[in-house]
Amino acid sequence: MAAKKIYETPMLDELEKGPWPSFITGIKALRDNHENEFIANVTSSLLGQLEHSYETRKGYWKGGTVSVFGYGGGVIPRFSEVAKAFPESKEFHTIRVQPTPGNYYTTEMLNKLGDSWERHGSGLQTFHGQTGNIMFIGTTTPGTQSFFDDINDYGWDMGGAGPCVRTAMSCVGAARCEMSNTNEHAAQRWLVNNFTDDVHRPALPYKFKFKISGCPNDCQNAIERADFAVIGTWRDDMRVDQAEFKNYIEKKGRQYIIDNVITRCPTQALALNDDDTIAVDNRNCVRCMHCINVMPKALRTGTDKGVTILIGGKRTLKIGDLMGTVVVPFRKLDTREDYEEMVELAEEIIDFWAENGLEHERCGEMIERIGLVNFLEGIDVDVDPNMVSTTRQSSYVRMDGWDDEAIKWFERKAEA
Amino acid sequence: MAMADMRAPIESGCPDGFQYMHPTMRRNFGLWKYHTDPKPGVLHHVAESGEEIFTVKAGTQRILDVFSLRELTAIGDEFADGFIRFTIRSNIEYYVTDESKIDPLIKALQDKGYVVGGTKNSVTSLSHTQGWLHCDIPGTDASGVVKSMMDELIGEFTSWNMPNRVHMTTSCCQINCGGQGDIAINVQHTKPPKIDHSQVSNVCERPSVVARCPVAAIRPAMVDGKASLEVDEKKCICCGACFPPCPPMMINDAEHSKLAVWVGGNHSNARGKPTFQKLVASGIPNNPPRWPEATAIVKLILKCYKEDARDWERVGEWVERIGWPRFFELTGLPFTKYHIDNWRGARASLNASTHIRF
Repeated sequence: MAAKKIYETPMLDELEKGPWPSFITGIKALRDNHENEFIANVTSSLLGQLEHSYETRKGYWKGGTVSVFGYGGGVIPRFSEVAKAFPESKEFHTIRVQPTPGNYYTTEMLNKLGDSWERHGSGLQTFHGQTGNIMFIGTTTPGTQSFFDDINDYGWDMGGAGPCVRTAMSCVGAARCEMSNTNEHAAQRWLVNNFTDDVHRPALPYKFKFKISGCPNDCQNAIERADFAVIGTWRDDMRVDQAEFKNYIEKKGRQYIIDNVITRCPTQALALNDDDTIAVDNRNCVRCMHCINVMPKALRTGTDKGVTILIGGKRTLKIGDLMGTVVVPFRKLDTREDYEEMVELAEEIIDFWAENGLEHERCGEMIERIGLVNFLEGIDVDVDPNMVSTTRQSSYVRMDGWDDEAIKWFERKAEA
Repeated sequence: MAMADMRAPIESGCPDGFQYMHPTMRRNFGLWKYHTDPKPGVLHHVAESGEEIFTVKAGTQRILDVFSLRELTAIGDEFADGFIRFTIRSNIEYYVTDESKIDPLIKALQDKGYVVGGTKNSVTSLSHTQGWLHCDIPGTDASGVVKSMMDELIGEFTSWNMPNRVHMTTSCCQINCGGQGDIAINVQHTKPPKIDHSQVSNVCERPSVVARCPVAAIRPAMVDGKASLEVDEKKCICCGACFPPCPPMMINDAEHSKLAVWVGGNHSNARGKPTFQKLVASGIPNNPPRWPEATAIVKLILKCYKEDARDWERVGEWVERIGWPRFFELTGLPFTKYHIDNWRGARASLNASTHIRF
């Protein structure tokens, strides 16, 4: 074995100081102590290149085309632009792997994944990247195939990269959270696993993300980041345990409850009664979660649970940040048919967007360009006043179809 | 290898999580009743059945080497029940049903240098991106920024001293993969791309680069007899959108790629509707290895928020209540013409009222 080249890393060494766990210390441990020659060399070279980036304040990776047999996406190819100086990490590809909904693992499975990655890659990984994938960071082109073959045999599949349906994410969910209003696991797997072909073979205008949060606290940032956000909610009355509510008053004081619960309700749907019980105007509750967050023992979500679906969230590029907006105010998600109908809606949306979206245009940007009504007509969803925060403010609109539209509204109301 | 010899993928997609879930969580799926917070970094959930589970949360370095991974799993085997998950901010969560296991588990984590906390009204770990370590378009590093900041904010990770939870993010370019945060530290380029005209026609599909520009500042051009692109520098907003599809549009600059700080991004629907983050400071040097100037501004904002915000107010709600003039007064940060939005829909951000605090 040729002597491994060790690069001076005075800047990175600074990141070994201080109390927070240091990724540099971890990479150095692989360089210095790992018996696998590839790992020791590639991490040494990586540290050299990263130090060079710190010195020059520039990145030195470029993309390319690498994929595994049968798939078009899922590998993030990285070739070094400074491979002459740092040859051992000239290829340093990342493999995106879909985790379970909620990111659950046994220690045994994590070790097994670590063992596989040690055999085929750098020994560096991230739980998880911003899209939600397990990121196995750093291997050669043959390494991507052999690693994938290895882990695919025991139940792990690659995630999306490029213009495709991306890996989905959901929150900790019903497995450990009393706020949950839906089975996030089922919702995520029904949705994303219906589109495995679109995950592995990028052929859409741009990325399309599903994210699921079990309640309107939206721990998964679904509204802000997902093209298709599924948020658990309920439509009956919130459950109130008045005895527990009184306990909170006893413990925290009446003033605290007034200042932090009653007056913080965005729709003034709460009142403190003279006998230190709470009154809830459920008709005007918008399920914001605040009072439940403050007193989870006294207040709970209702029991007639379901989901709200918002479409079109995304980050900055190209036209600026967009939140998802309501397309389905409420639907049940209990039976097989319920899930199938949600998947059909997702299919309608992706088909319409694939047909009408411009290159590199997210679904929300397309909706911004064509207007929500054209989108709704395209996916055959009726308008609903829950879709707007206010009605139209501009009179510049042609409305000669008014009478027909009004009739449609009354007909729908009569059917409901 | 011949194609016929290649292994066909099993397109299994997203795996079933129930197989990796703690049996207590499996049994009580959807049947949790309430939770309490015994101490920082520890959650206690009680099910309708009366069964309980404790969560112990710890910050990790996110770019995790396999030695550290094994250390974390070994702790999970010895001191917890062998079931874990990772949060959206790369914190690791261990689950135990036996309350007496909590303190030894915390000690084992701390002995190995992991930091227990990140629950309730703390500053939890920064969600971040790949940066110089692995991205092809980064203006800065991410892991280094996060390490530097968390070294200084660690006391806020391990305590409950904030008015409400603080979610922070970093992004290494203006695409902002890091997402929305109560406080976000993002790259902000300040000069148009320098163009390597010798390379454009070799590596770029010019029409798609032209289409990618949000302000139509790029057009095809012949430069030195070669097909290339040119940028109308008066129009250019220095966003860097042209760089990913066309690396010769060199946007990253050692001196002119700065950092900017944004506040008030909030994904929750609690109290108000979700909000996007707003600009508060820019022109901050991109200064590895420890980015002290960016950290100083973040600490300043956190200090003012901690002192002045009411219980349960997120950073954005606090600023909304006290008003922007007071925010700039409290923090001492400058208010400039760049704080006034001029993008589409900007008028909605102007004060069309006489609501002014004196």
